[in-house]
Amino acid sequence: MLTYILRRVLQAIPVFFGTTFLIYFMVFAMPGDPIAGLFGDKTPNPAVADALRAQFNLDQPFIMQYLLYMKDFFTGNLGVTFSGQQVSDVLARAFPVTLKLVLMAVVLEFILSVVIGLISGLRKGKFFDNISLVVALVLSSVPVFVAMFVAQYFVGIKWGLAPVTVGADTTWGAMFLPAAVIALTVYVTGMRLMRGSVIESRQADYVRTAYAKGLTHKRIVPVHIARNSLIPVITNTAASFGALIAGTTVTEGIFNIPGIGQVLYQAITQSEVPTVVTFVTILTVIYVIVNILVDLLYAVLDPRIRYV
Amino acid sequence: MKVRKAVLAGLAATAVASLVLAGCSSSDDTDSTPSSSAATSGDAMASGGVIRTNGSEPENPLIPTATNETGGGKILDAMFAGLVYYDGTGAAHNDLAESITQVDPTSYEIKIKPDQTFTNGEPVVASSFVDAWNYGALASNAQNSSYFFEDIEGFSYEEDSELTGLTVVDDLTFDVKLNKEASDFPLRLGYSAFYPLPASAFEDMDAFGANPVGNGPYMLAGPDAWQHDVQIELVTNPDYTGERQPANDGLTIVFYATQDAAYADLLAGQVDVIDGIPDSSLQTYEADLGDRAVNQPAAIFQSFTIPQSLAHFEGEEGKLRRQALSMAINRDEITDVIFNGTRTPASDFTSPVIDGWSDSLDGAEVLAYNPDEAVKLWAEADAMSPWEGTFQIAYNADGGHDAWVDAVNNSIKNTLGIEASGNPYPTFGEFRTDVTDRTIDTAFRTGWQADYPGLFNFLGPLYATNAGSNDGDYSNADFDALLQQGNTAADAATANGFYQDAQEILLQDLPAIPLWYSNVNGGYAEGVNNVQFGWNSVPLYYEITKG
Repeated sequence: MLTYILRRVLQAIPVFFGTTFLIYFMVFAMPGDPIAGLFGDKTPNPAVADALRAQFNLDQPFIMQYLLYMKDFFTGNLGVTFSGQQVSDVLARAFPVTLKLVLMAVVLEFILSVVIGLISGLRKGKFFDNISLVVALVLSSVPVFVAMFVAQYFVGIKWGLAPVTVGADTTWGAMFLPAAVIALTVYVTGMRLMRGSVIESRQADYVRTAYAKGLTHKRIVPVHIARNSLIPVITNTAASFGALIAGTTVTEGIFNIPGIGQVLYQAITQSEVPTVVTFVTILTVIYVIVNILVDLLYAVLDPRIRYV
Repeated sequence: MKVRKAVLAGLAATAVASLVLAGCSSSDDTDSTPSSSAATSGDAMASGGVIRTNGSEPENPLIPTATNETGGGKILDAMFAGLVYYDGTGAAHNDLAESITQVDPTSYEIKIKPDQTFTNGEPVVASSFVDAWNYGALASNAQNSSYFFEDIEGFSYEEDSELTGLTVVDDLTFDVKLNKEASDFPLRLGYSAFYPLPASAFEDMDAFGANPVGNGPYMLAGPDAWQHDVQIELVTNPDYTGERQPANDGLTIVFYATQDAAYADLLAGQVDVIDGIPDSSLQTYEADLGDRAVNQPAAIFQSFTIPQSLAHFEGEEGKLRRQALSMAINRDEITDVIFNGTRTPASDFTSPVIDGWSDSLDGAEVLAYNPDEAVKLWAEADAMSPWEGTFQIAYNADGGHDAWVDAVNNSIKNTLGIEASGNPYPTFGEFRTDVTDRTIDTAFRTGWQADYPGLFNFLGPLYATNAGSNDGDYSNADFDALLQQGNTAADAATANGFYQDAQEILLQDLPAIPLWYSNVNGGYAEGVNNVQFGWNSVPLYYEITKG
């Protein structure tokens, strides 16, 4: 077990360097001069532009910029934004907000997937199964931003049931609406996976044996069927956790949530290299960690899986 | 049978979906507080008279000379008082200045009002201005707005040098000596770059930029009033004695990443005033808001520039072709159809909100749609040297310009029968780099937002020989001479006469083809009164009342 974890962590190191290098290169290769962009339609005086360039190491060749960034990164200095804030401060401010939103969305997604998938699987071909399929098709064919705008307009503006935007009020309650909309647009895959594996489990030998032993339906469904059907759903949920954290830009824009999606978007439009690279690096690290955790979770769920 | 089942299923699906949505939100209702109460709590000013408006996270530290974008500018204008301020019509009035006296067109004597203080108790004296301007101008400080000081004696972009033109006479008086005539210098002094700074700022400018201390109508509500990427809370400054006395209890500027979110909040009454309408709502916002919708010209001039060196656009032939292109563009139709009336067709090179604007300059008919004349002029130019190839307008694709560029090109194509197309650059940065390097070999879009409400600001920086933003390298000695005469005039009215004459030369040469003035589109919530937008498209927040 320990060696397995160690091996996975060691594998993460080249991933870390690979991504930071790639991201740094991509932002560097982005056409256009970020300093010129700072001045809008006006042409900056060359001397002023040069001074700014030197301040952000933009006058150095690419490899030097990367090495300087890496040096700073490992000495705990994540760089400074154009507005003079520490990138680490920005991260510390924005990250918890996004984490909260995505956690809530993922928990809702998981509950929806498991509950609806389980019932559909148990009542395959019945009324509930058909209804849940139709609802799923409708929800998954609506683009996320359309669902967001519709929910915002009706729930927030028309009926006044939830805050229209989040802004300063990043409580669980204020972010429930966006989290719920995210969950509703992504739960479908998990739900169908759950349904499929429930149908499969019901025909498995151990379930038939359990019935033959005289166990009740009440015991077999959660312990024998549901638990053994969870693996694909958990993998799917974990994958969507990573994807959602990286993909909150649209949600955060519509609901004005001050999370990493919004900061990252602004940093990209301004070519703020330190912010972009730091954020993407952190996202990569999270992605890797979540995947390791999920692999470990398999062993808990399925006694047949052992890591050596 | 089958059909009925499907219909039933569909109905049930809709019911389930709406139940789920409704269920989600009603459970949410109890534990979420409307965000407006969050903003007003924690302070003595919780009387409900705090105006909430939209803004964006400042891109620079909140130092007046470091800021050159509206997100930070809006906050600075509320927190600082300069020598003059601009009213709703763009006219300048003394704010902190007792008097600004023109000794001659290059020297001014400025007296400031006595007993003014910063919110930390420091007095506002002559050196508060002189030191702040010197800080902003110093090359090694690399301030974004340093160019505002380039007309003051001693200024240098290349090396650190003191502004020798500034002399403190006594506590409340200082003299300004300029290195060239500028009759509109007093008019510029309301811009944020000219705000004073307290002495404590210079001890630690980084700390000051995070927690600025001003002398204006509003001040920070507390040490944590600026919640980065979220909002900034301002309360009224009891020590401010100037004319911009707030009629409300405070101002909360909420940072929005998208205009859609701000507009949604306005519809729900969670924000009081906004100064932008998302493109998606431009067709409906006037119906949504009724007389609370705002649509008026702003001090933003849009054009496309044809470089002077571009083949077929030089000399006499170029002049004919430029005029032909200008007359081939149906500005009325494009502003109407593409922009839903949120642009105003241009009739000069400045803006209607600026004193001295005119729609009846000699030669302004070149800006009217006139296909017959356009074809005639184009044919005359073809007689000198036949046209070949495609006429292109370069633009940045990240700014929503594609629709009007296509419309303008279609208008040109249909009128003149030549090939015309857009030349998109993926990002604004890349676009400006090519423009600045002069590597661009097509016409390109240009826009200008004025820094202060004066005609010269629309002309000098853009079309004077070798001027900083003269991206098309236009040069005309007569034009330069008229500008100079305006700069040395004794009063604004005389100066404006010369600036108008100068524009009549531009209307013949057309270094840039004027298109339209951008409008400011905004709106305010029910129960909000006295909303007036200033010349710079920012509402005059201090006048607004609520409830």
